[in-house]
Amino acid sequence: MIDEDASSRPPPDDPRMTPGSPTDHDIAAHVPRLRRYATALVGNRPDADDLVQDCVEKALANRHALRDPSRLGGWLMSILHNLHVSVLRGRRRRGAEVPVEELADDLALSATPADRGEVRDFVRAFGQLTEEHRAVLLLTGMEGLSYREVAEVLELPIGTVMSRLARARERLRVLLDGGVEQAVVRRIK
Amino acid sequence: MMTGETQPVTEAELHAWIDGELPEERIAAVERHLADRPEDAQRFERYRAQRALLARSFGPLIDQPLPDHLTPPFAPRKAAAVPPSRFGRGRVWGLALAASLLLFVAGGATGWAVRDRLGGGRGAGGDALSTAFLADAVAAHKVFSVEVRHPIEVGVDQEAHLVSWLSKRIGRDMRCPKATKSGYELIGGRLLADAEGPAALYMYEDAAGRRITLYIRSTKSPAGTAFRFAQDGGLQALYWQDNGLALAVTGDLDRATLSAIAEEVYGALNS
Repeated sequence: MIDEDASSRPPPDDPRMTPGSPTDHDIAAHVPRLRRYATALVGNRPDADDLVQDCVEKALANRHALRDPSRLGGWLMSILHNLHVSVLRGRRRRGAEVPVEELADDLALSATPADRGEVRDFVRAFGQLTEEHRAVLLLTGMEGLSYREVAEVLELPIGTVMSRLARARERLRVLLDGGVEQAVVRRIK
Repeated sequence: MMTGETQPVTEAELHAWIDGELPEERIAAVERHLADRPEDAQRFERYRAQRALLARSFGPLIDQPLPDHLTPPFAPRKAAAVPPSRFGRGRVWGLALAASLLLFVAGGATGWAVRDRLGGGRGAGGDALSTAFLADAVAAHKVFSVEVRHPIEVGVDQEAHLVSWLSKRIGRDMRCPKATKSGYELIGGRLLADAEGPAALYMYEDAAGRRITLYIRSTKSPAGTAFRFAQDGGLQALYWQDNGLALAVTGDLDRATLSAIAEEVYGALNS
């Protein structure tokens, strides 16, 4: 949670700041959400925290570039997404696996006892999706962004967002329920 | 005549329906479609359950206590007031500074062959990545990137010659990206001499005329190192060692862009 005491401190002076620029506290208000998104996206906390910290730093360094303060949330998500893409390039080359087991166990423990098994299975299955699929599912399903907002965050055409979402849902359905994957995208239009 | 009532329902509309984005006038058509097609109805019921389970599984993450570095006021990892002499040759960097600012290894961000978070402890493999190397790279950037008439010796119009000439002098194949995804294009390069011998300087420029440089020289050690990050006022540098080369990308730009460019250079040299 955000440190309430810190809210009395003035934001640091930054000569580049314009009146509409977000303060540290404006950005901090989005951190729990960014962190939740990043954790679900990368599948482990340390990498997620690195990503969020880089995102906050980049946002602070570029805060004067945000023209519309009401778009702060989406702007931060875009920064995080772009940083994540460069993380992925490194990881593909390295061929490292995301250790999702630990997160699956943690989240199972945060769930009600009745949900535990289902949550664990879900987090594991979710971890088997591609990061592209995870991102689109999280932005629509958990962050509640509209298709248009998702398209802005991911810098994709809206049609691509929708076909990616359809593919991701079908892939996840098969991972969870078994059966044969349907060619959903052919039918998207 | 196609109206809201008669158009066939698409897969996209079915998704829009569970995401609450379906225009109201199409809801009846979607509901009729699903009533007629139990297999679609069942599939979308599963998608809806997925959506709910997603929120239930990951939702609690929002209540996790935040580490100090993610609560305001944010202490910058970058120092705004680093004196220009920071890169001075032979200067020993303070340990605290090295740990907190200079030798930032973009660990998770740019997972490297050697994951070395503190950037220290690589003395044997990383000797070429000494202060002197970085000082040379940054000095070359400072001297040549502001040069108006002769920033480079051989232009990109003679790219093949440029690359073969510099590769020959450095003794390594040095194909570099001609343009980067971040919008910088190779304008050319030059041969330089530093205390270790010949060094190559490639220069890139973006549409606004901002320049970054890539400084390369050969090293004795074939070991790779992590990306390391250094900063001198507004100037940032990422440097690493790979495959018998020591490399530094320097420019007045943010670390993410710099990392992306360094990744592309790395990729081009290892493709």
